[in-house]
Amino acid sequence: MDFVMPDFRLAAPELFVAAMSLVILMVTSFAKSRARSAAFWLCEFTLLAAVFLTLFSGTVDRAQTFSGMYISDLLGGFLKAVVCLSVAVVLQYGRAYMADRKIDSPEYYILVLFAALGMMVLISASHFVSIYLGLELMSLALYALVAIDRDNPRSTEAGMKYFVLGALASGLLLYGMSMLYGATGSLQIHEISQRIYERSANDMVVVFGLVFVLVGIAFKLGVVPFHMWVPDVYHGAPTAVTLLVSSAPKIAAFAMAFRILVLGLFDLAEQWQMMLMLLAVGSIVLGNLAAVAQTNIKRMLAYSGISHMGFMLLGLMSGVVKGEGGTYAVNAYSSAMFYAVAYVMMTLAAFGMVILLSRAGFEAENVDDFKGLNQRSPWFAGMMLIVMFSMAGIPFFVGFFAKLSVLQAVVAAGNVSGQALYYWLAGLAVLMSAVGAYYYLRVVKVMYFDDAVDTSPLTATLGTRTLLSANALSIAAVGLLPNWLMQICAFTLLH
Amino acid sequence: MDFTLFLFYAFAAVLLGASVGVIASRNSVHSALFLVLAFFNAAAIWMLLRAEFLAIALILVYVGAVMVLFLFVVMMLDINVERIRQGFWSYLPLGLIVAAILFIEMALVVGGKWAGLDAMPMPAEPAAGYSNTKALAWLMFTDFAYPFELASFVLLVAMIAAVALTLRARAGNKAIDPAAQIAVKASDRLRIVSLPAEKSN
Repeated sequence: MDFVMPDFRLAAPELFVAAMSLVILMVTSFAKSRARSAAFWLCEFTLLAAVFLTLFSGTVDRAQTFSGMYISDLLGGFLKAVVCLSVAVVLQYGRAYMADRKIDSPEYYILVLFAALGMMVLISASHFVSIYLGLELMSLALYALVAIDRDNPRSTEAGMKYFVLGALASGLLLYGMSMLYGATGSLQIHEISQRIYERSANDMVVVFGLVFVLVGIAFKLGVVPFHMWVPDVYHGAPTAVTLLVSSAPKIAAFAMAFRILVLGLFDLAEQWQMMLMLLAVGSIVLGNLAAVAQTNIKRMLAYSGISHMGFMLLGLMSGVVKGEGGTYAVNAYSSAMFYAVAYVMMTLAAFGMVILLSRAGFEAENVDDFKGLNQRSPWFAGMMLIVMFSMAGIPFFVGFFAKLSVLQAVVAAGNVSGQALYYWLAGLAVLMSAVGAYYYLRVVKVMYFDDAVDTSPLTATLGTRTLLSANALSIAAVGLLPNWLMQICAFTLLH
Repeated sequence: MDFTLFLFYAFAAVLLGASVGVIASRNSVHSALFLVLAFFNAAAIWMLLRAEFLAIALILVYVGAVMVLFLFVVMMLDINVERIRQGFWSYLPLGLIVAAILFIEMALVVGGKWAGLDAMPMPAEPAAGYSNTKALAWLMFTDFAYPFELASFVLLVAMIAAVALTLRARAGNKAIDPAAQIAVKASDRLRIVSLPAEKSN
């Protein structure tokens, strides 16, 4: 039996986060009164150090280790850095919120760190076993976090729903993986792609497996018709946890979708392209229409998230025309990746604002709670304005360029294939974005044109205020200069 | 019919009987015990397939640990069997249809060209002294070391989550802090009052 010792340096970020999570577990067990702040600062340190490690220790060339289960490439390195950074931001935003509600136990911080570890493993996984374990590590930590406000029935209900539906989705994903394994005889993504290519015929079993794998991915992204959990979980979970669930896992799910569908099952592109198209259209239509009717801002943002994920899938599916990829394919995938990163920036700022308005004993969760924000704090009303305009896709914010690049990719696919279907898709997406603008602008309207009902001052700490302002301003800044981020996305995908 | 085949049919028959017993017995403790018997026979069949490590793991983990816990839970729950059995006959046709569909599907898959007996020939006879356990351990600690360690992290998260969601300091808890108890001084507990001696006349 030949066994090569794995190159541990390639997986340095994961190993570091895993080791630190155990260290933090020990430290918080013994640091009694200071356990909470120790856990917070150590987690922040770990995540920021992991950002540094992923950016500076990764290899430029694609390299595999751990017997082909772990892949180190620029795509993974960049996405992991985004994930770690956004989780670090989540912890800072949520710290005071969790402390006010007395649910900031050290376990909260440790579970968040484990969820981040799961996402990192998932992003760098190139083997079905490591994909599944990364996904479970992430999801299990998230289920527990959603239910962490255990005396609140809504939180436990949301946790239970998320757990049961998530377990079902994991089961479907596993079933699909076992089908693919049965048909190809391998669990390694590159080998699977090789086997499917060699056989060149569309086996029933492979397509059968593809359907189940796709359902699992769609559930994790939260797209129609596998979106049922999204509004309830976003609504029921403590807002700081909603912030986490809505941001970084989407990046991890994008990486999983990209690795399985594009790298592993590219020869089935004709099949999964149609499925992704249906998922995307359903999500964009239902997400935008349902969000109009919401009065609860957490539910509204949940439906808006569904429509955003639909948009991202639109980018992912337009990289292939008639089963062939071309030069424009990189543009399509990078538009989807740009969309995912832009969405994370926007959702962090949006839920950050919801947290900013909450305080001890008061939960800001209705659109009406934003009434007259301009009178209370003109600065943060301006920040929320940026976020809402960006989510609506109004130029020149990052959300506009994200939507624009996805639409460009769809139209390019239409030009190459000559099918009118793609133009209809682009038209529908634009129309639904216009519907979506209504509910984003409604928030802006209540902030500026309604009188404040609640005139108490904002209680957030200086650190949170600075970070939230920086977050919102970065949305505007990247919107003015979107090219560098687009180039990073395209560059990491090319390697 | 050689002896191995005879053993296989014997174990398989007991396994099926025990499985029917799990769902048919009226007492839920008996059901759990039937399940133990079913696991035992499944382990014996694995042993016949030369998967001795899996067989022993099944007995140690499922029979030894999981089923004991299961029995505890079953004994603690107060289940009204009659209420559960209500509607058995009305659900029976639907159940039979589902079972038939499952059976047909399995027959199609097993009989199909992907998973038929032709697609899976008998593995070659292993050499003398071949250890199934050693082969598994080799794989687990070399090629699959990464997922093996990840699985341990998943279990750790499950443990932390279970503690975080259920452990609570109850109101009115009378537990004492040992450090405070040791540090106590006599003056904290005992007040010495000097009383003037009473005069006896």
